[in-house]
Amino acid sequence: MEILKPAMAGTLESSDAQVTVEPGNGKIQLSLQSSVMNQYGRQIRETVLETLERLEVQSAKVTVVDKGALDCTLKARVECAVFRSCGQSAANIPWGGAVR
Amino acid sequence: MKNAVGRDIPEYLLANGKEVYQGKNYMDGKYIQKASPRTRRYETPQESKLVDSIRTAMEQCGAKSGMTFSFHHHLRDGDFVVNQVMKVAIEEMGLEDITIAASSLGNAHDPIANYIEQGKVVGIQTSGIRGRMGEVVSAGKLKTPAIIRSHGGRPRAIEGGEVHIDIAFIAAPTSDCVGNCRGIGGKSNCGSMGYAMTDAKYADHVVVVTDCLVDFPNMPASVEAIDVDAVVVVDSIGNPKKIASAAARISQNPRDLMMAENVAKVIAATPWFKEGFSFQTGVGGPSLAANLFLEKYMDEQGIKMGWAIGGICGPMVELLKKGKVGKVIDVQDFDLDAVNSINQTPGHYEMSASQYANPANKGAFVNKLDFVVLAALEIDTGFNVNVLTGSDGVLRGAPGGHPDTAAGSKVCIIVTPLTRGRMATVCEHVVTVTTPGDCVDVLVTDYGIAVNPLRPDLIECLDKAGIPHVTIESLKEKAYSLVGRPDDLQWEDKVVAVLEARDGTILDVVRKIKPYTIPED
Amino acid sequence: MIPRPKPERFRLRRTMMFMNAQKPGLIKDAYIYGCDSIMLDLEDAVAENQKDAARFSLYHALKTIDYGDTEVIVRINGLDTPHWQEDIRVCVAGGADGIRIAKCESANDVHTVEAAVEKAEEEFGVEKGRTLLMAALESPKGILNAYEICAASDRLFGVAISGGDFRKCMQTVFQPDGVDMLAARGQMLVAARAAGVQCFDTVFTDLDNEEGFRAEVLQNKAMGFDGKSLINPKQIRLVHQVFAPTEKEVIQAEKIVRAYREQSAAGVGVFTVDGKMIDIAFIPGAERTLKLARACGMYEGDLV
Repeated sequence: MEILKPAMAGTLESSDAQVTVEPGNGKIQLSLQSSVMNQYGRQIRETVLETLERLEVQSAKVTVVDKGALDCTLKARVECAVFRSCGQSAANIPWGGAVR
Repeated sequence: MKNAVGRDIPEYLLANGKEVYQGKNYMDGKYIQKASPRTRRYETPQESKLVDSIRTAMEQCGAKSGMTFSFHHHLRDGDFVVNQVMKVAIEEMGLEDITIAASSLGNAHDPIANYIEQGKVVGIQTSGIRGRMGEVVSAGKLKTPAIIRSHGGRPRAIEGGEVHIDIAFIAAPTSDCVGNCRGIGGKSNCGSMGYAMTDAKYADHVVVVTDCLVDFPNMPASVEAIDVDAVVVVDSIGNPKKIASAAARISQNPRDLMMAENVAKVIAATPWFKEGFSFQTGVGGPSLAANLFLEKYMDEQGIKMGWAIGGICGPMVELLKKGKVGKVIDVQDFDLDAVNSINQTPGHYEMSASQYANPANKGAFVNKLDFVVLAALEIDTGFNVNVLTGSDGVLRGAPGGHPDTAAGSKVCIIVTPLTRGRMATVCEHVVTVTTPGDCVDVLVTDYGIAVNPLRPDLIECLDKAGIPHVTIESLKEKAYSLVGRPDDLQWEDKVVAVLEARDGTILDVVRKIKPYTIPED
Repeated sequence: MIPRPKPERFRLRRTMMFMNAQKPGLIKDAYIYGCDSIMLDLEDAVAENQKDAARFSLYHALKTIDYGDTEVIVRINGLDTPHWQEDIRVCVAGGADGIRIAKCESANDVHTVEAAVEKAEEEFGVEKGRTLLMAALESPKGILNAYEICAASDRLFGVAISGGDFRKCMQTVFQPDGVDMLAARGQMLVAARAAGVQCFDTVFTDLDNEEGFRAEVLQNKAMGFDGKSLINPKQIRLVHQVFAPTEKEVIQAEKIVRAYREQSAAGVGVFTVDGKMIDIAFIPGAERTLKLARACGMYEGDLV
């Protein structure tokens, strides 16, 4: 998917993460803040990058502010932000396909 | 050298007879030589010890670089005294190489972090360390490792001369002109002054800082004039709103209530739940709520609590007033109900930290405790508890009376949710051992109860009462299945804090954390 | 991914607890409180501009979290909104046990949802008929059409009344004795029993009014409801207490079922237990009592 415009999903509440995507310069630039950085920073990064890869996002500036979200929440927030940026978040989501 | 809880303690810390932790009650029967302070005689009758400023008081007490100043934390997050005194010492008098020996330090003391960074404060001895100070110490900016002690370990170290206090500063809600202090009757009341008592007896010099001067004699005094060199009146010793909350309210959080009910069930299933039993609980959500359910079981079985100790708050005072507990003995107060009750409600008494929890005296209150209910930041499969470091490795907690009550009590119950956000509370290895697993008996979580295999008698009690329980390993696995297995923290060699067991042996060390940074993409 | 067993159309549903599907901290382990069903809400709890985000959360929660024996139902947005079709797709794809149709007013509404569910089951390769339905009756028209709604689909396991909207339509407010909704509750119960489906009462929103809550739950039980919708875990315990059978009822039920099994094996249709005439008509009720008793920890035998 191509990131067309800036979009955001999620909140800064405990157990949630706020994910922002913006059009990139040909690669993925990830900036990550997390309340559990030392124990889970590596895994959060992997989850975010894997999710972007599944969605075939190759160029984006991605900012994640994590407040201790579980992997399932991180995925949901990244996906929602990406679909929002493409204006496709309201219907016909590929559940079980690119979203899984 | 590895100690009895498997922690590697660097050899260089084992100087001057320091030993590694050997297990519960290892020091039993040994003798200690008590230290004696060098104090000044005030033989000529004095009308008053009032001086015009903190600086004058310090000069009169011979304050100089390299000294150890002590403080107590009854004013909690509302305390102004530590910051006021340290500002005078460092910014006005230009003192250096100062060690702070406090019963605890918290978020109120963020400014001290600057003095640590400037190298002016070189030593910290405390039970609690939080906020900015926790961060700078964790980052290795304190010259010597911080020494963390329990509330019982602190008076032991002071009485035994391991900590020599040059000047003790007593934050006093009321004092008379010669230094008889009380925790009530003023505008910044804290109730009990239990942690300050040993300081006043063992310091070379004692300075009382108060914001409410009262007529002589201020009785019954918590800190006595016979130990006091000078009295200073300041505008304010603290923010009363942050000293004691209006009332420590019992949690309405359904998760807390569910756990609290299970705590009470466990207690009621043991043979020590009988007329006259003794009890201590923390003020955390589920711990405090346990009071409520315990009362129900007491009513059902027609029994009363004999006595309760610890940090005291309203719900316990309420039980005292209702006649459901015989005596409340109080080392610290957490809310206004407790503050207003101490020495007022019949049966509500004050005690010193040594009386409360010191393992080296001839029998502290904790030694006769039946039940204690405590919280945890982490607990591992060996039942070792961490209440000092966050699971990110940064100092942000306090052993407090945790290790003392756990060791002294017949049944120590830890109550904690299985996970907090993405942090697994029940884990493979706690970051820091603050309470050794051989002192911890039962774990109550929102996902089930586990009993320490060292206590087959309790397992039998639970089975008999039909209370389901599981292994602590299965709880750990459940936690990891929810949040994912965390990566191991990465440490540097540098030790930033030494954690003393209550008996003075070394239980664990905290090293400087290497923060995770994401690789450049 | 956590595979969930095929949902059971008629199971114990004393307590159904509402949870905002958009709140990760809430939905991750709502089952620990022991309610029979959790109701992940895409409708009123979720702001209009977060409907999309809630679906992504819901999908991954359904796929990741082990809800164990707790039934997982999703309340979808009303048929008069632009959201319900995508709601149904995500429920079916995620493997929710059931869907609650908000503001249901006719059999036709049920059929509309059923058709979309069937299409989604086909799209996502889900066993046809797996996804159950329940209908929320929130208007006078819904109540008047209760029977046709109850009988509209083999997937439909029950109906629930939704008090907030209904009271507004009726120009009344909550009354402690339940008279405000007495007729509606009664009509819905009659319809549900006639169609052979379950029937659930509305939420009680005043969390501090314990006495009022107890009175309402007692009335629910007396009227014959199967269970109740809840908004807070602390309400679960009381409902389970009130809906529990008495020890005497359990013993009686066990005797009836045991005697019936023995007698019918011997070819006997009518027999007596403790001097009381028993035939096959007593069996479903007795078995239901035993199932309930098992859920309440009062029965450990092997008859159900």
